[in-house]
Amino acid sequence: MPVQDYEVVIGLEVHSELKTKSKIFCTCTTEFGGDQNTHVCPVCLGLPGVLPVLNKQVVEYAMKAGLALNCKIAEFSKFDRKNYYYPDLPKNYQVSQFDLPIAEHGQIEIDLEDGSTKIIGVTRVHMEEDAGKLVHAGATISQADYSMVDYNRTGVPLIEIVSEPDMRSPEEAKAYLDKVKAILQYTEVSDCKMEEGSLRCDANISLRPWGQKEFGTKTELKNMNSFKALVKALEYEIERQASVLDEGGRIIQETRTWDENRGVTLSMRSKEEAHDYRYFPEPDLVPMVIDQAWVDRVRESLPELPDDRKKRLVAEYGLPEYDAGVITASKDLAEYFDECLKHFKDAKVIANWVMGELLKHLNAGDKDITECPIKPEHLAGLLALIEKGTISGKIAKTVFEGMWETGKTAEKIVEEQGLVQISDEGAIAAIVDQVVTANPQSVEDYKAGKERAIGFLVGQVMKETKGKANPGVVNKLLKERLDR
Amino acid sequence: MITKKDVEHVALLARLELTEEEKEKYTQQLNNILEYADMLKKLDTENIQPTAHPLPINNVFRSDEAKPGVSNEAALANAPSKEEGYFRVPKIV
Repeated sequence: MPVQDYEVVIGLEVHSELKTKSKIFCTCTTEFGGDQNTHVCPVCLGLPGVLPVLNKQVVEYAMKAGLALNCKIAEFSKFDRKNYYYPDLPKNYQVSQFDLPIAEHGQIEIDLEDGSTKIIGVTRVHMEEDAGKLVHAGATISQADYSMVDYNRTGVPLIEIVSEPDMRSPEEAKAYLDKVKAILQYTEVSDCKMEEGSLRCDANISLRPWGQKEFGTKTELKNMNSFKALVKALEYEIERQASVLDEGGRIIQETRTWDENRGVTLSMRSKEEAHDYRYFPEPDLVPMVIDQAWVDRVRESLPELPDDRKKRLVAEYGLPEYDAGVITASKDLAEYFDECLKHFKDAKVIANWVMGELLKHLNAGDKDITECPIKPEHLAGLLALIEKGTISGKIAKTVFEGMWETGKTAEKIVEEQGLVQISDEGAIAAIVDQVVTANPQSVEDYKAGKERAIGFLVGQVMKETKGKANPGVVNKLLKERLDR
Repeated sequence: MITKKDVEHVALLARLELTEEEKEKYTQQLNNILEYADMLKKLDTENIQPTAHPLPINNVFRSDEAKPGVSNEAALANAPSKEEGYFRVPKIV
């Protein structure tokens, strides 16, 4: 059967580092970077005789994230030990939450490319400690003779957000991750920098013939370090599972790692012991009892969330749903947009430029909006020049380039480069005459009914004026001249 | 009933290497312990909440303040093997 004969079922596990100053169970700094094994103490190194003490801010952030994901906050919650041997854990267990997580039963709305939305269930949010980082003395872990461990990251607070298996395509999975990231950034509980590992994502994926109720056997995909990698890994895995099933084979429940260079998922050793975590209550930490007053207090501290902000942009400024969705997907981008609006009133025009030139340049330069060389008031200034007719929309793109390169205002660049639009009818008429005389064939074509010939003539006038002629005036004068 | 297979499984999870005699011995001992603990089954626990912690204490927190930890030298002082400030560990897979 071809791929389209199977229904794809995807669930995501998102890990996000919380933005606290200190680690979850000790006072070591959570700062990223730093020389290896310098942000460590007896607690996070797992030395004998130490006791962990829970950082209250971690609980508050986890509650905040839980509420923003529309979860119910647990009245009673505890930590458990998840036991497994791996050298990135100095204690041979990770302190996590098993049966009583801090938040459960949530849901979020995701925005799809065709403008539709879909509800995705959030099973649970739980708190845990991050593990250390391994450096392998070899190209890959299996080729390495030995490995080296840095425990700086050990004990940095994490929340793990587990979704329901509600996604049906890689596109939906990406949209879900986009929305979770936006929500975590809006609530300011995490930086969500995938490149620094403060946002990580694993995927569970299975296929089943359309109409079948039971889920197929799933595989768990790891090591996707970007949104693009997530989509590519899922696409690859769909093809792989479909071909195994087509040949009458059986999917093995296992963990597979995404190999970015080769563009394939590879089986990690599937020892059955690997998932025997033998959870038990962490005796070194006491349970948390969370009353309604505390939940209410955290709820009141929630900022405007992406969906509400999107609705506001649609309602207040009449932006199309799609535009509002793109702009509010990042809090910083939404702030930039709002700042532009303070200096220029046409929201749709701002949206077009932000989503067009601005995002194009940011993506090409792999820049975040916070690193944008063009200040919002300067972009607004550029748009005002177009509105006033000082420059044409075409020249504006040139001016935008200049602003991007130099950080100067639009007025300054227009002045320096003499880009003011020519709207003077007399001056343009002279050039129109010149172009009409030089191109008798096009004039002939136009008069013979080929309306499109006028486009060529407009182009010639624009060329003569180096793009500075007001296109409206050029069109009008050319028409008058030809129809005479 | 704990079987020898269970003991081998738990030993592997705990990274313990056991001799045949030890496996036999521990199978017997673990069964004795579990049998003893089975006594608890006689209690009626119908209306008892599962215990999350033996002490009646909740909500012990610290505030979010960062302080310097230990030096790299101190961190690595007891490491059986180290390299460039890292803990060095044997081949993983």
